Amino acid sequence: MTRFFAWGTFLLGCVFFALPLIGMTEFSLKMRRGEYSFDAYRRVFEDQRFWDTFSYSLILAAATIVVGVLLVVPTAYWVRLKLPQARPVIEFITLLPLVIPAIVIVFGYIRLYNTSSFLPLTGSALGTDILLTMGYTTLALPYMYRSVDTGLRTIDVATLTEAAQSLGAGWVTILARIILPNVMVAVLSGAFLTLAIVLGEFTMAALLNRPAFGPFMQLLGANRAYEPPALAVIAFAITWGCMGLMQLVTRFSKHERAKA
Amino acid sequence: MSFLTMTNLEKLFGQNRVVKDFSLSVEKGEFISLLGPSGCGKTTVLRMVAGFESPTAGGITIDGKDVTGLKANSRNIGMMFQAYALFPNMTVADNVAFGLKVKGAPRAERDARVAEMLALIGLEDLGARFPFQLSGGQQQRVALARALAPRPSVLLLDEPLSALDAKVRVSLRNQIRQIQQDLGITTIFVTHDQEEAMSISDRIVVMNGGVADQVGAPFEIYNRPRTKFVANFVGTLNTFEVEVTDPTTGRVTLAGQGLSLPNAPLAAHVGEKLSVALRPEALRLGRLPDAEALLTAKVTDVNFMGSVIRLKADLAGAAVSLDTFNRPDTPPPVVGSEVEVSLSGRDFILLQA
Repeated sequence: MTRFFAWGTFLLGCVFFALPLIGMTEFSLKMRRGEYSFDAYRRVFEDQRFWDTFSYSLILAAATIVVGVLLVVPTAYWVRLKLPQARPVIEFITLLPLVIPAIVIVFGYIRLYNTSSFLPLTGSALGTDILLTMGYTTLALPYMYRSVDTGLRTIDVATLTEAAQSLGAGWVTILARIILPNVMVAVLSGAFLTLAIVLGEFTMAALLNRPAFGPFMQLLGANRAYEPPALAVIAFAITWGCMGLMQLVTRFSKHERAKA
Repeated sequence: MSFLTMTNLEKLFGQNRVVKDFSLSVEKGEFISLLGPSGCGKTTVLRMVAGFESPTAGGITIDGKDVTGLKANSRNIGMMFQAYALFPNMTVADNVAFGLKVKGAPRAERDARVAEMLALIGLEDLGARFPFQLSGGQQQRVALARALAPRPSVLLLDEPLSALDAKVRVSLRNQIRQIQQDLGITTIFVTHDQEEAMSISDRIVVMNGGVADQVGAPFEIYNRPRTKFVANFVGTLNTFEVEVTDPTTGRVTLAGQGLSLPNAPLAAHVGEKLSVALRPEALRLGRLPDAEALLTAKVTDVNFMGSVIRLKADLAGAAVSLDTFNRPDTPPPVVGSEVEVSLSGRDFILLQA
């Protein structure tokens, strides 16, 4: 009986998650009257704005990941190694982006970095891109920090650091050659989550007036019927692809298998 | 001048003085063990030598050079840790080569040195393996090779055998000692295992409460412990109270039997009680012609340990341990039986506070 309820709950969960996706996918295939087709997908891929915004967002995602890794890995490492008492404070700070709406952050940015401020980043496209990258880094901070911190928990940070130091290594060598490779899977999962966040983010990009993928999806959704679900399916495929890549990286990483 | 000197080292963690006025001189090629219970400060001393902790006071010199303020990565020290600390993302060969790579050694030199080190520890075929593919003993041998590869001036061993099983422990400690002697490298070994310290050290530093209670060769530490703590910590000890009958000749009595103590304090007066100790092997089973006294003991427990049999017995009002060699033709006494025990005053250890 217990087994029956367990399976029942599991199936109910599957239906709850799968049904909207199936419905959406089916609708995205119904552009041609009376038959299934990939017309909506073709229309999306034929739209130059799709490629422009998608590649723009990809570049910014890459920049966000680099900034995030450079910011989070040394911070999480240092907190774990030297400042364990500061961990609750750091965790609280990294959680702030979840409770402070993106619109508040972006208005703060615009107010601080407008053309008449001491650092007029919004005055140029590159400056605004830098600002957007910082904003994305802030949004991805809770996920990146937790991923890296979980990764660091699986290794003996203090002893590995001391072992490397005794062999003559400095901080940069230790971080680049010992710590980072050992938390690479965690960093990658943080990176993929960052990618997913950046690709779907609307508020910051729209208010900073940058040609990102999020505003394009919104624009398409407001004006077309079949293309938006097709775009959503594409976005899902990218996210799942990222998750698959995470699994692959874990599977092919020999020393990570040892930790499992 | 000694190769490695620690002068008046002190270390405070908050208000807690973990190491107090610790001084030690180590000669080149010497194997020194820091022995003591948990919290005695032995690891802190080692970490100060390694550069992982900076002393609150005092100084450290290596080969005449003051290294007290030097960073850990500039001291040219090799270290082995209890938790192996091999880099999980690198193969065995890469682990061993790491220190040389950091120093910027050319590829050919690195490869030759890695091969030499792997041959030294007898793992020349396992260079391509990852640490997780090795046993604990193999990992620790790789850690030793890695520590030795950059030719450090001092080798520091922080309880490297504690995580291994008994058999591997013994073989690895012998291997460590052999390699240390072959290379002539100055080594400091931290352990709380007295047997380990006794078996491989040139000298032992017995630490208690942040100070060195006694420094000496294993034979000296075991047979002539200077304090009650050293006597109790190193080996098993039976303590008795004897009564002084003649301070000038060192004559005392134990359970009515007269004994001569070679190091009895001349200042003692007649009738004074002295605290003395005897190692289990100094209490000998049976009537021996060269013994000064013969007492009867009641056996309370028998532990057969293979080559040695340890008896627990009531002797002269004290519960004592008594060691005797196993003889296949003589079964050990049974619990509850009375046995004769021979002892001599020359074996007694006079204990200071």
